[in-house]
Amino acid sequence: MQTETRPWHAIVLEVFKANGIRLIPYVPDNVLKPLIAACHADPFFTAFPTAREEEAVGIVCGAWMAGMRGLCLMQTSGFATLPNALASLPCAFQIPALVMVSERGTLGEFNMGQAMVCRTMRPILDSLGMEHHTVSRLDECEFIVDRTIRQAFMTQSPAALILSPLLTGGKAVARA
Amino acid sequence: MSAATVAHNAKRLPRAGVAKRLVARIGDGPAVIGGIGNANFDLWAAGHRARNFYMLGSMGLAIPIGLGVALAQPDRRVFVLEGDGSLLMQMGCLATVAARAPRNLAILILDNGTFQITGGQPTPAEQSGTDLVAVARACGLHRATWAADEAELDRLIDLCLIEDGPHAIGLKLDDSPPERQTERDPPQLRDRFMRGMGAKRDRTLG
Repeated sequence: MQTETRPWHAIVLEVFKANGIRLIPYVPDNVLKPLIAACHADPFFTAFPTAREEEAVGIVCGAWMAGMRGLCLMQTSGFATLPNALASLPCAFQIPALVMVSERGTLGEFNMGQAMVCRTMRPILDSLGMEHHTVSRLDECEFIVDRTIRQAFMTQSPAALILSPLLTGGKAVARA
Repeated sequence: MSAATVAHNAKRLPRAGVAKRLVARIGDGPAVIGGIGNANFDLWAAGHRARNFYMLGSMGLAIPIGLGVALAQPDRRVFVLEGDGSLLMQMGCLATVAARAPRNLAILILDNGTFQITGGQPTPAEQSGTDLVAVARACGLHRATWAADEAELDRLIDLCLIEDGPHAIGLKLDDSPPERQTERDPPQLRDRFMRGMGAKRDRTLG
């Protein structure tokens, strides 16, 4: 396998394009900044902020039912606001709503609130029966993101991609 | 303050009549998204259309779903029926809609002042006198207006079909119950809607 030289966000952007994902509603996160900026800079994408993560899920569900593919960007704390929306909309209606979550609250987190809410993320996904994968290595990034997205669309199932600080570097923290 | 922003100027309309009036005026082309509870029950009771989507959970997300549909098919009109209690849960979406400014989206705010389906408890907006149309305007939906009566509702629906939006129409409703309840089969409802929208073209089997 060739050594991957592109940064994670460039890989993700290309995978979005290859899968025809054009609509990117998001609630921002520092770690996602380069990906959000790249989506805004490329006319292929319609990228915009929403007031809440639930809205972003509603938007990509509506768009998919009308023939346009989308994916929601958010951070861990935002994901934790979603169980009812995910359970009763994409899970119940079999809609491939995709969420990409920048993982906060682990591997050097400074914010106790983020550290607490981070523990809820995978149990929520597991209890919803939602496919989820954590991307932690650059050389696995394209494969995991591409295959998760493809499977979501082919099986009409929602799915989550979690971006580990091992991949993104996370949010820079000072030593206490 | 202009008369159009004064909520109490609006007559309380019989709730079931609203979805029927809408469906009768817009023809087959537009998509209609019915929000949780009575909003989609009314839409179902008005007679099924191929381009209706009935939202059975996810309270507050009818407008975001409508926004997604409107962005995906910018040449098709999209109407959303959303209750006042639902809108209160997701009021930020009004700013999101205004920021995107989809020309083809029209929001009907069904305001009976109560959580009708759970026993008619008054909403905090009712208790405080919150004017939801004024809220929509303050969020940037400058065309938002209350419909004073049935004739004005008809006129405003016609405007939504010919003039660029986003539109928002506030309706004061009575507390009459819905005539029927939507068939609760989410994948089938979604599949029918997608075929109606041309997002799924293969014929169904059998």
